[in-house]
Amino acid sequence: MTEKKIRVLIAKPGLDGHDRGAKVVARALRDDGMEVIYTGLRQTPEMISEAALQEDVDVIGLSILSGAHNALVPEVIRKVRENGQTDVIIFVGGIIPEADIQGLLDKGVFRIYGPGTDTRLVSREIREAVQAASRVD
Amino acid sequence: MALMNDLREGNRFALSRVLSQVENNTPAGLQALDDLFPYTGKAHKIGITGPPGSGKSTLVNALTKQLRLQERDSRVAVIAVDPTSPFSGGAILGDRVRMLELQNDPDIFIRSMASRGALGGLSSQTEALSQVFDAAGFDFILIETVGAGQSEVDIVNLAHTTIVVDVPGLGDDIQSIKAGILEIADILVVNKADRPGADQSRRYLKAMIEMGGRSLASSAGKHRLAPALQNKEAETIGEEDVLWLPPVLKTVASQFEGIGELVSEILKHQDFLKSTGRWKQKESWTLREIVRKRVSGSLERDFFQELPAEVFETQMEAVIARKVSPTTAVKNLLSYNQKSRKPQLSE
Repeated sequence: MTEKKIRVLIAKPGLDGHDRGAKVVARALRDDGMEVIYTGLRQTPEMISEAALQEDVDVIGLSILSGAHNALVPEVIRKVRENGQTDVIIFVGGIIPEADIQGLLDKGVFRIYGPGTDTRLVSREIREAVQAASRVD
Repeated sequence: MALMNDLREGNRFALSRVLSQVENNTPAGLQALDDLFPYTGKAHKIGITGPPGSGKSTLVNALTKQLRLQERDSRVAVIAVDPTSPFSGGAILGDRVRMLELQNDPDIFIRSMASRGALGGLSSQTEALSQVFDAAGFDFILIETVGAGQSEVDIVNLAHTTIVVDVPGLGDDIQSIKAGILEIADILVVNKADRPGADQSRRYLKAMIEMGGRSLASSAGKHRLAPALQNKEAETIGEEDVLWLPPVLKTVASQFEGIGELVSEILKHQDFLKSTGRWKQKESWTLREIVRKRVSGSLERDFFQELPAEVFETQMEAVIARKVSPTTAVKNLLSYNQKSRKPQLSE
């Protein structure tokens, strides 16, 4: 029996060119035993939802430093749900102003992790959330 | 079963879910493989292998685009395998980064896979995933191996056409006559051919093929056949009919150079396989391997299910104390299970 692995898509929507944070998180999740699909910079919401669909991921991590989160994140969530992936957990990393956080959480974001977050916290919370959602195949 | 019908009708969500079930070897996944098996056997499976950084993903990107251009109604699936960390069991699957332009074509489907401990350049479930794509009606299935060295040659048991990607400056003519990865090529590609030394690399590779000449050309087909089939082949097909000399092509995948020629060679190879009966032989070899692997997998599973854990531990303690050799321990364990087993073979 092959063991079920948690599959995570790490993507950077929008136009900023800083992917260090995304790579640090990707590496941390890998080191916690997850399979991380990394798609790199400058992704549109369509590209992200399509990759999530083809890869059948459990989790999507969006790294945004450009300030366009209020436009991009809800669009990704909408498209992913539209594709039928209703149980996918979506988290956001990057610089998100305090005032915007609640709005994003209300739209279905699982957590928002700002700069300096301990990556062990990220992987622990993700693991717990996936187990709680425990998709049965 | 509803999922199966959706999959056959081209529903991408259903396809993706079934791929996961099969990859995770769940009961639903095994059932899916059974249900889909009658629809398999049509797709042309193309393996792409070569050392890390040789440009396999970029080449797959270019190849997929070209196949969609040239064979207009064809659907193309990509299975991209990346290594699992032996320490954490996790993996970074980064091949998609090179394939972003393929994302918005509904007739292309890319799936990344971690090797999950398998050492031959693929994952143990890669073949099973290719069956799902085959049954879903994809015409071409491109399978990109992990960055391979000299012995990750599992791809040859799976692919109809194996493309080995090399880059300039990796080694001299001695490297190219060693056994292993170069031997399995049906098509050799010198990628990044805009770099110095490309022509020299191509010469080395061509020389290797010509040096092997006829013997290599015929063995390049033969080593894939089970011993029983090899004899049969010798009886029924003359040497002349089965000569395929692997072409050596230069490409610059990132610039889309040489890709049209590569696709032509792939299609030529497909014709060759079909007209010489090799296509069928390869299929039968692949199926043999599948059954063989399933047998050993299920024997192993049954064996450990039957064996009480404490019996195993007791033997292991003796081995670790170096009082019993591993070989003797294996004998003891096998005979333990045989003694305790009741006759159970059904018809």
